[in-house]
Amino acid sequence: MTAVAVAAKPSLRHRLAERGIDRVLLLLVPGVVFAVALFLYPFLYGLQLSFTPKKGGPFSNYAEFFRDPYLRNTMWTTLWIALPATLINVLASIPIAYVMRGKMRGKRTLTTILVVPITLGTVLTAQGLITYTGPAGWLNKVLSALGISDEPLPLIHNYTGVLLSLVITGFPFAFLLTLSYLSGIDPTLERAAATLGASWGQRFRKITMPLLAPGLAITFCLSFVMAFSVFPSANLVGDPSGTTRVISIAAYHAAFEEYNFSMGSTIAMIMAVIMLLVIGLVLIWRTTLYRGATGGKG
Amino acid sequence: MKGWVARPGRWVVWAIVAFFFVNLIGLVLSVVIDSFGTQWFGTWLPEGFTTHWYGDAWREFGLSQVLFTTGTVAVSVIVISVLVGVPAAYALARRSFPGKQLVMLLFVLPILIPPITYGIPLATVLYKFHIAGTMTGVILANLVPSIPFVVLTMTPFIEQIDPKIEAAARMSGARTLSVFTRILGPLLLPGILAAAILVLVRTVGMFELTFLVAGPDSTTLVVALYNSVFGAGIRANQQVDAMATVYTASMLVLLLIALRFVNPTQLVTRVREET
Repeated sequence: MTAVAVAAKPSLRHRLAERGIDRVLLLLVPGVVFAVALFLYPFLYGLQLSFTPKKGGPFSNYAEFFRDPYLRNTMWTTLWIALPATLINVLASIPIAYVMRGKMRGKRTLTTILVVPITLGTVLTAQGLITYTGPAGWLNKVLSALGISDEPLPLIHNYTGVLLSLVITGFPFAFLLTLSYLSGIDPTLERAAATLGASWGQRFRKITMPLLAPGLAITFCLSFVMAFSVFPSANLVGDPSGTTRVISIAAYHAAFEEYNFSMGSTIAMIMAVIMLLVIGLVLIWRTTLYRGATGGKG
Repeated sequence: MKGWVARPGRWVVWAIVAFFFVNLIGLVLSVVIDSFGTQWFGTWLPEGFTTHWYGDAWREFGLSQVLFTTGTVAVSVIVISVLVGVPAAYALARRSFPGKQLVMLLFVLPILIPPITYGIPLATVLYKFHIAGTMTGVILANLVPSIPFVVLTMTPFIEQIDPKIEAAARMSGARTLSVFTRILGPLLLPGILAAAILVLVRTVGMFELTFLVAGPDSTTLVVALYNSVFGAGIRANQQVDAMATVYTASMLVLLLIALRFVNPTQLVTRVREET
């Protein structure tokens, strides 16, 4: 659009250039075309498809989702897995990142070691959980050899298995983000507070946390995105027809096993709405925090 | 400086980290040992050791075909997303224009929405156009998160380059294309390399999108691996372990190469500034 206008009127071209519109923007075109064709269009197509169910009125798919407890509960199951997993990952990464921020001997090696679990992949994690924490696995052997427990702990093919798998794969990611945000905070601020007589706890609560909070909000969102779409691990180490029947399993089942693409899209849209709701809430919370912090400084 | 108050806290933190790692090592080792073991029933170690599971897995899953597909998909995704993403990142870094926020949102959303959510409508559309099930379909699906990823990582890289260098080149009569190939290209090479390696890691590890659109002869390693565990037919557990070990070893090599070029924490901070 701009390209045509630019070619037609030289004077307009100058005026547009002043507002930042010139030929350089043409470089954006392929990227935008890809994003529209492969992301926006399918998404809108799916939205439209979700309102044209196999039978019934435009909203009957949505009505069915919320009426049928087997479908509706997948939503709660997913949140019940994703929220604790995200909280564990984010909260655990704060103290570890706090100890490791700043200059430290072997920091790079330690970071690398903590990041390596990213390479494990769901299947190796699942196989590992089954072999290692299973009834005859090393963990239960050690526990019974030490006399801690008589019966093998039920850690797989249930809720715990999926949670453990999400913590193993999600923690390195959350840690990496938290560490980078924490390293970005100027250490002189804390030293200044220490000079003024602030205790360790006061410094942490009054200085580090408010500055870290916006970053933590982003970390929470990105970790939640990963945990929310839990699909393979819910099938492999979970109990996919019962306690860990997450919403993505329901969506996949509707679309590619019953070939009801309309219902599949409906569930995908509901997933997107829940996802954006959670992210929205976190970001709103972040703005209140951020204002509070700046107000305090001024 | 932190005194004695912080000390016990530190020890607790290190103890938790150590506990996590002891278990993680146990978890990985049990898979690796099992993939080399003959029979393992309730004892500390398998009865004997063998490498034949690797050979079996290679033949039975047609691993050479799977690895070829994985490689082709990964290389295509990298080339296309760099060619499309870097110019877009340049425009975003150098110009502010009405609607820029909207374009940014268009690039951020595919990263903020879980792949399986947009993957289902995307797969439906690709099936409609009979692209799903082919290698093209797999490549297209993987481009959806990769292009925005390249755009968002490269924008801050480009912002760091002084525009005066380009202005000087333009004064000397260079056109946009030659500014790109002669000036920006060499300056951006480290950034492009880092982004390319990370796209590689993401594409090789991307399960959901590939799973939704792949056909029988266009599955990548992750999907083949998942199917081998969950799909029809009973396979020897050790074969699955062997494949999982191959997958993790290759991912590990890729990640270690990536870490040689980029400091992991800096990379995330750069991404953050744009999101």
